[in-house]
Amino acid sequence: MRSVWALAATAALSLLAFSTTTFAGEPKQGGILRMYHRDSPANASILEGATYSVNVPFMGVFNNLVIYDQHIAQNSPDTLRPELAESWSWSSDNKKLTFKLRQGVKWHDGKPFTSADVKCTFDLLMGKSQQKLRQNPRKAWYSEVDDVTPNGDFEISFNLKRPQPSLLAMLASGYTPIYPCHVSPADMRTHPIGTGPYKFVEFKANESIKLTRNPDYWKKGLPYLDGIEYTIIPNRSTAILAFVAGKFDMTFPTHITIPLLKDIKSQAPNAVCVVEPTNVSTNIIVNSSSAPFDNIDIRRAMSLALDRKAFVDILFEGQADVGGTMLPPPQGIWGMPKDKLQTIPGYGPDVNANREEAKKLMQRAGYGPDKHLAVKVSTRNLAEYRDPAVILIDQLKSIYIDGELDVVETANWFPKVARKDYMLGLNLTGNSVDDPDQSFYENYSCGSERNYTNYCNKEIEKLFDVQSQEIDTNKRKQLVWDIDKKLQEDVARPIIFHARAGTCWQPYVKGITIMSNSSYNGFRYEDVWLNK
Amino acid sequence: MFAYLVRRLLLMLVTLIGISIVIFFLLRIVPGNIVDILFAAAGYVDPADKVDLEKQLGIDQPLVVQYLHWIGGLLHGDLGYSYVSEKPALQEILPRIPITARLAGLALLFSASIGIPLGVISAVKQGSRIDYALRVVSLSGLSLPSFWLGLLVLTASVAMFGQMPIFNPNPQSLGEAFATYCIPAMVVGFRSSALTMRITRSSMLEVLRQDYIRTARAKGASDAAVNYHHALKNAILPVITVIGIEAAFLIGGLIVTETVFNIPGVARFLVEAIRWRDYPIVQNLVMLIAVVVVSANFIVDMLYAVFDPRIRYTD
Repeated sequence: MRSVWALAATAALSLLAFSTTTFAGEPKQGGILRMYHRDSPANASILEGATYSVNVPFMGVFNNLVIYDQHIAQNSPDTLRPELAESWSWSSDNKKLTFKLRQGVKWHDGKPFTSADVKCTFDLLMGKSQQKLRQNPRKAWYSEVDDVTPNGDFEISFNLKRPQPSLLAMLASGYTPIYPCHVSPADMRTHPIGTGPYKFVEFKANESIKLTRNPDYWKKGLPYLDGIEYTIIPNRSTAILAFVAGKFDMTFPTHITIPLLKDIKSQAPNAVCVVEPTNVSTNIIVNSSSAPFDNIDIRRAMSLALDRKAFVDILFEGQADVGGTMLPPPQGIWGMPKDKLQTIPGYGPDVNANREEAKKLMQRAGYGPDKHLAVKVSTRNLAEYRDPAVILIDQLKSIYIDGELDVVETANWFPKVARKDYMLGLNLTGNSVDDPDQSFYENYSCGSERNYTNYCNKEIEKLFDVQSQEIDTNKRKQLVWDIDKKLQEDVARPIIFHARAGTCWQPYVKGITIMSNSSYNGFRYEDVWLNK
Repeated sequence: MFAYLVRRLLLMLVTLIGISIVIFFLLRIVPGNIVDILFAAAGYVDPADKVDLEKQLGIDQPLVVQYLHWIGGLLHGDLGYSYVSEKPALQEILPRIPITARLAGLALLFSASIGIPLGVISAVKQGSRIDYALRVVSLSGLSLPSFWLGLLVLTASVAMFGQMPIFNPNPQSLGEAFATYCIPAMVVGFRSSALTMRITRSSMLEVLRQDYIRTARAKGASDAAVNYHHALKNAILPVITVIGIEAAFLIGGLIVTETVFNIPGVARFLVEAIRWRDYPIVQNLVMLIAVVVVSANFIVDMLYAVFDPRIRYTD
């Protein structure tokens, strides 16, 4: 019976992969892939970046120890593939992860790759090296790693404080390339050196990014392309018109909104377009440290008032997902199933009944038709933040909450949130790997820098550790669902929806796969080719 | 004349010092700095890392020290380093200047070469169908925002020709060079050509009613001689003033046009630098713009004397 289920799961997975992958005949060598880039990244250093604006153009310069299969849309433990590591193994107590490294790999400047480079990279990430990253946004990913020890030039071990099977997921992320020991972090920001299929040529801020084929790439015959050129076009209308006019072979990945996708399909009917979840959730951050949201009744009422389907219908023409903290299935691996989700207050289909309940909670807190609660709904001055905030304000009216939109410039948003200078905020949270460790610890653990609401529940935190150490995926899944349900019931950070976005390319572009549960891991582009 | 020139140059210097103080301190009044933005993008902040980075960039020092450091560097030709790209600010700014200068020059040329003749025609043919048509065109030029006009031009060219006139640093043909610079220049210059047309028309109408024009006609001078030799020469002063002012305002239009046509010029770069709070880039670029504007005003003042013999700058 188990094998039947395994077969069905494999078939479903393959179908999912095929649905977003282009296939055609024998790959051809040559040609430059022309793409537009949505903005000018701060620099070229992926380890210091916190946006996929860095990953997309520069992931092709590097390799990881392991990587998610670039042609299976859904990242999962089953799709991990060796890259700079040829193989890996866990110790019997699951506290030591050892990688056998590939030999004969060279950096783009000709120097050989060894285990010393891996050690340097993780010492940098863990803040243990002399040299420092200017920013180190993912230091917390390695909090359970005690140290990284080379065993000769081509073997390296990660010694953990406790078992953490998700470490492999973090290592496979596009955010975890291996850096060379002999190049400083400052130089990696301006002229990155990697072992990947493409060599860095130039990055002209606000203008262009150019990569060229690495003729000495350790995967013989790859990459197929002679290079990739990104033209930086921050104006979305201009960028899309340029794609329609044929100036570009591909749009920036997951940059097309659902309404714009219709425009592209009407103006460029031959374009291949796919829509996938971005694993970015739109959620509400509540300042529960001061009145009125220190009252759990008001927080629960607000959560009950949400008509999530309306958000999805208005903003995405029905093409987005309702879920908890983890991306919902089928694309999400760890998201709660629908029947479990609907048992959470506010997730049931009867919105009116939910709102009646919410009104009672508001009345218990002293508010009603004659006494409305006035709140400011703060959000960043970007369309993807403002638009749902406006809908949120409208929905809160139904439970005696009068919201006023408070738009905040990007530079001021985080300092404002950090000093708790807000009542209610609408926020977006991106997950670079579809794994509960990344999401739970970052956003909900006591004292985490990204736990904006300061939600702190020691009982839940113990469960974070339990699920994190669980080796059995099915058992871990059950634990994750229970934690996610509890987080939603506690109104820790109410999730409104998980967004989807489109990517288009010209029909002659082959070998592109858009990942369906992460926007950060699928841009190696070593076997993309042009059928021209 | 020499003493006047020296006085004007000294005044320019004082103005530029004043502007540098205003730019520097206004920029610091705006909430947030590069470190806030970098950490906001990461969605976290480690206070120790933040302090370290502020120290590295020198933005932890007192404002007066930072100002003196900047001015001292300027006097030695050292514009500092971009906080974002970590490259010398001069190296970032210099290659963008010719692109914007070419665009601005072409826009002004378009504005003058279209605005002045059409303004004269409109005035000479006052009350005719041509006059009404030109007035409608000029009004629409003043009313249409350049970002809208730019997008309209792009959309129309894609829809009608399947081509997209966005920036190409190395145009391969005359047509591509035309598309790269002339189309955006026309878009940005359309508004100022409309203004030039209206000013020329009203100034011409005033001059055409003067006695000396009637005298010229009575003496048998041709229409062309009356309109262009006698009238336009006397009507041109307010037009020059407006073109001078427009040169200063052009940067606003260029920001939008460079964004819509994706031209990597100074104006778009300035907006990005402001977004990142990249102080060395912003303050040096704004100073550059201030120098251009002050110089343009100076040149306009000098042109008055050339075009109007009654004006003499005596000692």
